[in-house]
Amino acid sequence: MSLQVLTYIVVGASFALYIGIAIWSRAHSTGDFYIAGKGVSPVANGMATAADWMSAASFISMAGIIAFIGYDGSVYLMGWTGGYVLLALLLAPYLRKFGKFTVPEFIAERYYSKTARIVAVICLIFISFTYVAGQMRGVGIVFSRFLEVDVTVGLIIGMAVVFTYAVLGGMKGITYTQVAQYCVLIFAYTVPAIFIAIQITGNPIPQLAFGSEIAGTGTALLDKLDDIVTSLGFHEYTTGTKSTIDVFCITMALMVGTAGLPHVIVRFFTVPRVRDARISAGYALLFIAILYTTAPAVGSMARYNLINTVQPGEIGVADGNLDYEERPSWFDTWEQTGLVGFDDRNGDGRIQYYNDNNPAFAEKAFEFGWQGNELTVDRDIMVLANPEIAGLPNWVIALVAAGGIAAALSTAAGLLLVISAAVSHDLIKGIFVPQISEARELLAGRVAAAFAILVAGYLGFDPPGWVAQVVAFAFGLAAASLFPVILLGIFFKRINKEGAIAGMLTGLFFTYGYIEFFKGLFLKWAGAPWGENVAANWLFGISPEGIGVIGMCLNFVVALVVSHLTAPPPIEIQHMVEQIRVPRHINEGDM
Amino acid sequence: MQRSNRLRYWRANLRLVAICLAIWFTCSYGFGVLLVDELNTLRVGGFKLGFWFAQQGSIYIFVALIFFYAWRMNHIDRKFDVHED
Repeated sequence: MSLQVLTYIVVGASFALYIGIAIWSRAHSTGDFYIAGKGVSPVANGMATAADWMSAASFISMAGIIAFIGYDGSVYLMGWTGGYVLLALLLAPYLRKFGKFTVPEFIAERYYSKTARIVAVICLIFISFTYVAGQMRGVGIVFSRFLEVDVTVGLIIGMAVVFTYAVLGGMKGITYTQVAQYCVLIFAYTVPAIFIAIQITGNPIPQLAFGSEIAGTGTALLDKLDDIVTSLGFHEYTTGTKSTIDVFCITMALMVGTAGLPHVIVRFFTVPRVRDARISAGYALLFIAILYTTAPAVGSMARYNLINTVQPGEIGVADGNLDYEERPSWFDTWEQTGLVGFDDRNGDGRIQYYNDNNPAFAEKAFEFGWQGNELTVDRDIMVLANPEIAGLPNWVIALVAAGGIAAALSTAAGLLLVISAAVSHDLIKGIFVPQISEARELLAGRVAAAFAILVAGYLGFDPPGWVAQVVAFAFGLAAASLFPVILLGIFFKRINKEGAIAGMLTGLFFTYGYIEFFKGLFLKWAGAPWGENVAANWLFGISPEGIGVIGMCLNFVVALVVSHLTAPPPIEIQHMVEQIRVPRHINEGDM
Repeated sequence: MQRSNRLRYWRANLRLVAICLAIWFTCSYGFGVLLVDELNTLRVGGFKLGFWFAQQGSIYIFVALIFFYAWRMNHIDRKFDVHED
């Protein structure tokens, strides 16, 4: 059976499964729609959270990035997992005890302020749309590569599927669909990794194979990799090029940002009890860790395989490099998509892949008769091309396509739901039409979800240039605006409305201003970016990706100082804080 | 549910959170970032130790920490009689 037919069957079967689940788990109330009626078991919730969290970026891009930057890629591995510890210890159980529907709702009640609610809604919508645009693009790419349809057609199919289960099933439909999507994506990720691990080291567990010896030699994989990449002029694989403070700050911004992302926080509103919220965060991270500990193994093995393919013989010997005429078939397929490129600069008909930006290596390259790097590989193809590079059967490749689509769709659906809840629950019911009936609110939620899908589809079809740039901003924003005020609201009774609003705005504008200054987001017409984005210009040597940490610290300081200079919050708010700190309900008389 | 009992419960919780976060910080930022060069001089199998903490070890420890916290908190909830149902 041809790859294309097989891919249609596997992807089609997975879609049928998702839609079937959505029909079975239709939402009947706003409680079902926003938080799945608080009836989801902690294990199922953990799996759904994992699928929600792991996006097209985790599935498709992360291992490829690690393959090319080695140790520096650790910021993503630690940053996108460590935040769950903060969630489980500092936020999830208390927000579950609070027991409402959305993150802005918590901020509104804790800080007894509609202004705070509106500020939180704006942060939430901005963060979520940034994310969703990237997901829809991912769906389009996978469709166009594996089903060989136009990106637009792929996008419309993806939108229609998400529409069915997000609008119909709300959080309940999404949660159970995500459980299925987790199973598809994790299977699709680990199967090729296991095959490749066996091929290279003979050890079937990628996490161990990564630290094993290459089969038939006495050399460990990572040592061999360090050796070959440095002999081609690249930086050593197992050490970094970024400064320590920058690695520290980026990791921290990603961790705190993860804990401040509304679509992740809201998952912990769906479990029955406070203690389920704690353990559910543990399950979520366990399921995430399966992919995240496999990814660096995939990255290192992909880099090793790639170099071995183009440099089968000794470096510097004329026939040590791959003859272009003898290139493998995967090379050909990806070359047609433009994501792999070969430019025979020295006209010898062979492929030279090395670091031509390294002045120390230039002399050597000249001696070899190399006139520049001739191979360009898009980082995003490493995971998708890996099974082909390793020569695995077609069904594995079809599975990877289904996994990539599952990862993108599950994240998109989760994000669309928080956007729809923010509009129907926080804006319409919370601010403009407080007396709205439940049936009409549910309808408003569905209309908002449908509208959000259309906007997301448009952003995916014609992504504005800022999508890639604002990902750092989305995390920095979540870290600098939402996380501190939620945390302080639980742990410091003295924090009042004035402190929280001042803190959020300080964190938000500082982080936004810094990123605008160095990367340029919305003020390009006014001449942004104004500063050259190089380490020498950065504040304390911190890049725009990591600056959310400083924004977060400023938010904390401003919120504490302003709160202490103004009147304490009303007594009933202090009682509310005492109430959320203990799992069992406290009666009025015991306050 | 006495107020003083709740305060003692809250202090026990904060103590546990502080211990867990100290471990969280040490294993990721300590071993994986700040001390990575020193630890890289040691080896575990085919891994340099600092690199292993940054790309593998810290993640395993994060998972274990959350389960540990959930387990200890269930115990503390019961001890101070603030557990649900």
